[in-house]
Amino acid sequence: MSDTVIKNHTENLHEEHVHRDDTGAKMGMWLFLFTELLLFGGLFLLYMAYRLQYYHEFHIAARELNVGIGTFNTIILLTSSMTMALSIAAMQRSRKGLSLFLLASTKILALGFLVNKYFEWSAKFEHGFFPGSDVLIDKPRGEYLFYGMYYAMTGLHALHVIAGMTILVFMFVFITRNSITPTNYVKLENSGLYWHLVDLIWIFLFPLFYLMR
Amino acid sequence: MSENSESKPYINFLQAESKHKGIFKWILSTDHKRIGIMYMTGMMAFLLVGITLGFLMKLEMLTPGKTIMDAQTYNAFFTLHGVIMIFLFIIPGLPAVFGNFMLPLQIGARDVAFPRLNLLSWWLYVVGGIFAIASLFLQGGPIDTGWTFYVPYSLRTGTNVSLPLFAAFILGFSSILTGINFVTTVHRLRAPGMTFFKMPLFVWAIYSTAWIQVIATPVVGITIILVIVERAFSLGIFDPALGGDPLLFQHLFWIYSHPAVYIMILPAMGAVSEIIPTFAKRTIFGYKAIAFSSLAIAFIGYFVWAHHMFTTGISDTSRFIFSLLTFLVAIPSGVKVFNWVATLYKGSITPGAPLLFVMMFIFLFSIGGLTGLVLGSLATNVHVHDTYFVVAHFHYVMFGGTVMIFFAALHYWLPKMFGRMYNEKVAKWSIALIFIGFNMLYFTMFILGYEGQPRRYWDYLPQFQTLQIISTVGSWILISGILLMFGNLHRSIKRGAKAEANPWGGKTLEWTIPSPPPVHNFDEIPVITHGPYNYGEEEAK
Repeated sequence: MSDTVIKNHTENLHEEHVHRDDTGAKMGMWLFLFTELLLFGGLFLLYMAYRLQYYHEFHIAARELNVGIGTFNTIILLTSSMTMALSIAAMQRSRKGLSLFLLASTKILALGFLVNKYFEWSAKFEHGFFPGSDVLIDKPRGEYLFYGMYYAMTGLHALHVIAGMTILVFMFVFITRNSITPTNYVKLENSGLYWHLVDLIWIFLFPLFYLMR
Repeated sequence: MSENSESKPYINFLQAESKHKGIFKWILSTDHKRIGIMYMTGMMAFLLVGITLGFLMKLEMLTPGKTIMDAQTYNAFFTLHGVIMIFLFIIPGLPAVFGNFMLPLQIGARDVAFPRLNLLSWWLYVVGGIFAIASLFLQGGPIDTGWTFYVPYSLRTGTNVSLPLFAAFILGFSSILTGINFVTTVHRLRAPGMTFFKMPLFVWAIYSTAWIQVIATPVVGITIILVIVERAFSLGIFDPALGGDPLLFQHLFWIYSHPAVYIMILPAMGAVSEIIPTFAKRTIFGYKAIAFSSLAIAFIGYFVWAHHMFTTGISDTSRFIFSLLTFLVAIPSGVKVFNWVATLYKGSITPGAPLLFVMMFIFLFSIGGLTGLVLGSLATNVHVHDTYFVVAHFHYVMFGGTVMIFFAALHYWLPKMFGRMYNEKVAKWSIALIFIGFNMLYFTMFILGYEGQPRRYWDYLPQFQTLQIISTVGSWILISGILLMFGNLHRSIKRGAKAEANPWGGKTLEWTIPSPPPVHNFDEIPVITHGPYNYGEEEAK
């Protein structure tokens, strides 16, 4: 068996090797989302423990948060989830241009969310509401912890928004290069699932920090 | 059948060419078999580092007071020994090496469900390893918190804590991705006809383990990240000075780290369920009982974590409940042991090296398991808490359990992985040395712990010296046994006798293909019509 034959043989095997299993891909994605829920689950557990321990102080500390920005960001994320879902629907109906447009809208909304978050956090920093600040050190321990939890949870969520945006950029490129097509769009669907998770976690963070006051 | 496949020329996975050259043929390969071997290489290197640290620690304990190192170095050594052995060796352990290599073969698949994700897991493992090692040499000095990273000390110490913690996080991520991959593989890629109850028991064990990896690891991931963030920004979440509760750290840590010991032991139990039928030439006794006991251990293991915290001041009610739940784990574990022994009964036993390792496992693991009951009951736990008794128990179950089966699996599957046989005589000598050294080293620790020697102490009272010396000498015998075994395996891989497709007369699918396996495992995906260990049918004929 000459070298070229061996090489051809291996190449053939490699082609055969790339098999497609959309159900498997989605199953893997759901498992991954499950681990994401548990990652945040640890934080939700801590939040619950401290909320029970420092009930009154959490109550008071929450009044400092800006419900307006929080509500606005909730609307932004919910809308972005919708545009994401529509982008997949457009792809299923072979409307590539529309799908790209909706995907871009999702990204712009995500960026809007982060810009709001930036202004919200900067305002808090200016008033000295950040861990280790003199303002917070003088407050009761429960209020200090409220901000500890607030920055940990919304911070981790913001990182997930950034990760989601990065994924969406890749999806955009994949669609333009036709590696996501109306017959093979499981990558886009999985990214959508991830994006909905990011949205869903915010749906829980919003009342826990902004509304329970 | 084996002769037939031997005679046909084929390209095995060790020779296969790809578009990459040199070492990149391996480190960029998505072949599950190559990834398994790459994990094995990495883990062997870390195992040797861990052994060296353990050896030096035992040497330090030869005499009271300072022998070869100062107390701070000893603190760093026991921490690193734990971190390396747990996060870099035993948690990836059997799933990363034999799960990767054998799972697709045993279910009749050409690869895992996500080959590229599999390669990413390996890369994350390497990056985690590099971070852990790099932290030793950076400003601040090596971590000295113990492998459990308990707060508030891990928040206060000036040593390098954040980098090894981040390494543990990355390794956890690698473990999660492997778990996702294996669960999906088992669900999607079984050969036609292979129902869940026709799967080999090793596959069942890997499947249960993969679920624990997916469910438990994220919790420790977030806990570790919080400690890092806490050190950088003082969030207060685990810092008692700022209102946080250090006990919550322990809860979150053990919510993962207790199930993690089942990540370590379950795959080993799976490998035992493969080796015993093959070497006894009998169908496994109680197939379904063993399969379900894996799931039961995975499930109950999730609800016992607070038995690590009996002396922390948690309430009596919760201590009572956690103690009770801990005892429940003994039931599925016992089910397994009795089924293994029943399989051997009236079997046609070949006492090859893998089976001898398994016998050693049953002996050592039973001691480890029974002393686990001593630790699980509240009254005795308080007496031996944080003593050498715990260290001995842990090493009996983890080293005597998992690592012995890791060694057994190395011998059992070496012919399949490399197409070479090991030297049986040398293997048996190494087993004898390991058995004697192991018991000298760790059994003395049960006595020392019962008499009151605390764990992690650099110094000890003069009356403990006799036992400490026996223990240290035991470590020398143990290590010489392990080195002999590695020498034997290494030599066999290089120039051992050629192995046939099925040297042991195994019945699972990996033995139906040539050794080493062809690049894509099966020319034709087999159709499964019977259970995995159908020795009975042949006898009937």
